[in-house]
Formats: sequence, C-alpha cells, structure tokens
Amino acid sequence: MTTQTLAGVSVERDAEGFLTDPSLWSEAMAVAIAAEEGIALTERHWEVVRFMRHAYETTGAGPNVRLLAKTSGVPVKELYALFPRGPAKTAAKIAGIPKPHGCI
Amino acid sequence: MRRIVILGTGTGGTPVANRLRRALAPDDASIVCVDRDDDHLYQPGLLYVPFGRRTLPSLTRSRRAQLHHGIDFVEGEVDAVELDARRVHLADGTALDYDYLVVAAGASLAPEETEGLTGPGWMERVFTFYSPAGAAALADALARFNGGRLVVAVLDTLIKCPVAPLEFTFLAEDALTRRGVRDRVEIAYVTPLEGAFTRPIASQRLAWLLADRGVELVSSFAAASVDGAAGRITSYDGRGVDFDLAVVVPAHNGPAFVTRSPGLGDALGYVPVDERTLQLPGHPEVFALGDATGLSTSKAGSVAHFESEVLVENLVATFDGRPPLARFDGHTNCFLELGRGEALLIDFNRDVEPVPGHYPGPVGLPLLAPSRIDHLGKLAFESLYWHALLPGHSIPGVASPMPRRGKRLSMLRHPAYVGGPR
Repeated sequence: MTTQTLAGVSVERDAEGFLTDPSLWSEAMAVAIAAEEGIALTERHWEVVRFMRHAYETTGAGPNVRLLAKTSGVPVKELYALFPRGPAKTAAKIAGIPKPHGCI
Repeated sequence: MRRIVILGTGTGGTPVANRLRRALAPDDASIVCVDRDDDHLYQPGLLYVPFGRRTLPSLTRSRRAQLHHGIDFVEGEVDAVELDARRVHLADGTALDYDYLVVAAGASLAPEETEGLTGPGWMERVFTFYSPAGAAALADALARFNGGRLVVAVLDTLIKCPVAPLEFTFLAEDALTRRGVRDRVEIAYVTPLEGAFTRPIASQRLAWLLADRGVELVSSFAAASVDGAAGRITSYDGRGVDFDLAVVVPAHNGPAFVTRSPGLGDALGYVPVDERTLQLPGHPEVFALGDATGLSTSKAGSVAHFESEVLVENLVATFDGRPPLARFDGHTNCFLELGRGEALLIDFNRDVEPVPGHYPGPVGLPLLAPSRIDHLGKLAFESLYWHALLPGHSIPGVASPMPRRGKRLSMLRHPAYVGGPR
C-alpha cells in the first residue's frame, strides 16, 4: 500500500497500483495511470474505461475479458490491441476500480 | 403448500434438495428438481480417466437415486426462467411455478469460444479431460504418446476446478516417467494467470514444484487461437507455444437458459447472487450456488458444498419469514494431486490465501506441502462425496466457515511477504 499524489489528489494504491478508494477517481487520474502503463488514451480506450466504470457502479465489480467483450461490443482482439498487458486488469486500473476477479 | 424448484442436481443442487427435504415438512413445501439427464458424474474423477486409472461408468450413478424420498425429479431441458411470474419453462413446453428457485445448473464448456480449437486436430492431438468423451479419448492418445512436446494450456481465467490442469500436469509427468519416456518429452504448462496460481504463496510453491518436475511455466498467456494442424497456440500479444499433444481447458459459460432469462444473469450465463447470502439482489426468493454463480470464488466442488449449507439456512429462514443471516465466506478446499503418490491440500477463503500449516482435526492433514496422507485424503473423499456430501450430512470437522486454526497466518504479516501474484 502506498500513498501518492495523482492528478493533484492524494490517493492510496495497492501493491499492483489499483486505487483502494474508487470514489477518489477522476478522468485526469485515468490519464496519469494510463501513462504509467504506456497508454495514451484514445476515444476507443475511453469507451472501454467508461464502460468498466459503469459496470463497477452497477454491479460492484469489473467484468472479465470475455464478459467485457460481450457486453461492451468491443471484440476481445481489439481489447488486447488497446490494452496489451491484459484488458480487464489494465482498464480496471485506469478506471480506478478494483482488480477484476478471475477466481481466487 | 409452497413449491421449491431446484435447477440442476450436481454437487450443489443435490445436497440442497436433501437438506431442504429434512428441514421442511412435506405438507409445507414440495421440492422439484430438474436436470437434463439421470447421470450424476463424479467430476473430480475425470482427472484419472486419461491415465487409465478410472473408467467413466465407475464415476457415474443415477441422479434420481441421490435424492431423498419426497423429492420430485423431472428430466428435461430448461428453456428459460420468468422471474416476475416465478415460473420455469422447460423445452418440452412444461411450465413449473415456484415460490423459491435455486439455480444449481453448473457451468458448461465453450470450446467454440477459442478460435480454431474445434477445427483440425480437435480430439486428435488437441484434447480436454473436462468432458467425459474428451477424457476417454485423451486416454488413448496419452497411451500412444512416447515423445515430443506436451502442452497443458488453460484458455480462460473463469474455469472449473482451477487446480485440475496443474494436477493433470503432475500426473502426466509421473506417468511418462514411469513409462520410461520422460527424457523424450518436453512439458509446458500455459496459463493466463500471472503465475501458477492466483495467490502469491501458493503460486510460488507450485511454481517450484513445476520447476522440480522439469515443467516449463508459461504465464500471462491469454490464448487467442489454437491451430491443431500446425500444432501451435497463439496469444493475443502474439506469442506462440508449439505442441505435439495439447491438453486444454476450454473457456466456460454459465447455463445457457440463464442468458435466455431476463434479469437472472450476465451475458455469460452466470447468476450474480450476493456473495454472502447467495440470494439474487431484488429477488429474495431466488438463490444460486456452485459453478453457475458469478462469484469470485473458485468454481470448485468444495465451494458448492460449503455454499449448500449457507443457502439452505437462508432459504429456510426466508421461508419462515425470518431474515437470512447465514454468510458464505468463500471457503475453498482442494486436494491437488502431485503424482508420485503425493498430493497437496489448500484451504482458503475470500480474505485468507492458501498458507502452510495443517487442517485442524484428528488427522491434521498438512496444508500446502506435498504429502502421502493428502493423496490418500483425496482418494478417500470420493466415498464421502456419495455417502455424506450428496445426502447433505455434515462431514465431521469440515464445515462452511474456513478454519483459521492450524494455518501459519503469521506468514502473511512477515516483512518478506509481498501481496499480489508472483
């Protein structure tokens, strides 16, 4: 757990860089987290990030890759092109929500 | 008279039905179970079929025969559930009205979700032991396999029994060694996870065991396609793994009828019940357990077993007009075969990852360490499955809440411990 300033706000992040408090998230923070991952957010990235955010707010969890593809309409292949290091995990991190569970 | 309808009579639905039958008077509640056939398969036994150690008939019994007197069994395919009308529609046109519904219909294999998997080479040099037919076909292929590259590949993160592919790898390594061909075989274990397991301590120990057996570990490999003709699995980030014989765990989906039932589940067919009460939010009369839920717990038989106790307590409370107070903690318990007559037991829940120690009890089975007694425990479990778990009897010393006693939890507070997968 580390405390740092992201886009002007002091936030706590876990060992893998996920925000511990999703309510502190802002779009400016998303840009900063994406930059750490080597991603410059395009409109298509934003669609996925906003979708993850919405899924979290309505269901309490971010979807896994196949569910994300089926519900967002962005095919799995494109999701990997947008977020090469794992779409569900990376998009969740950028969206400021907890890491999606595979299985524990 | 109120009616309880249970969809699915596997490891979750069967003990729920039997426990409910004992808890509720026949004059107060009727219980109807629905399943598509009368074949109850002991799924953990599929692991042994490819090695010729078990046959399919020895793993299968009548579903109906596992249900107590006073429970109706309907053989049929579920078409859809109408939540607002509280009605289940079967494919043959029959409608079943319910006051309480339990979805226990499991998960199904979806090999068609991976590009090329069911194309050339499927069931010839690309197999899965997750289906009865696949396990039997793999037995023949494995018996003929005397050299080349064996790849065990997990193709998705949401799978049943996440330790089974590791067990298969260890058992295959052992079988090939005993047959005297191990030095002519390369073995690789391919997983979408960042390590051999989801949690750090178990992941590290299992990675060491794989290394000890000379198995290559390929992690963070999100499989995009399988080319059975060329003998190659390709990932979304463009990596490739070559094989002569591939044993894969395909992607899974929840029950197909869930996707045809508005409001019951997500687009993959999993029912998003509350992870503690096992009730569907907004529908306190609807419950789910086992592989069909959208919970983050492992899709494992032990989970269905522990959930069944919580679900029955909460359903009976709801039935009696009391609040559902039982809580599922995510308790999971798995015996992991390692070959060489040894196994390793892991026991964990949502908050506590697998750590070494021992399971509390007279025998004190070792946790997260290779042992002969854990292997015997795994073999002994099959009898408990038919004679205690399915009838819904308590197994002494093995209950729904995860025991903390016996676990070396101090490891999780040690300065050298780092969270997250490794």
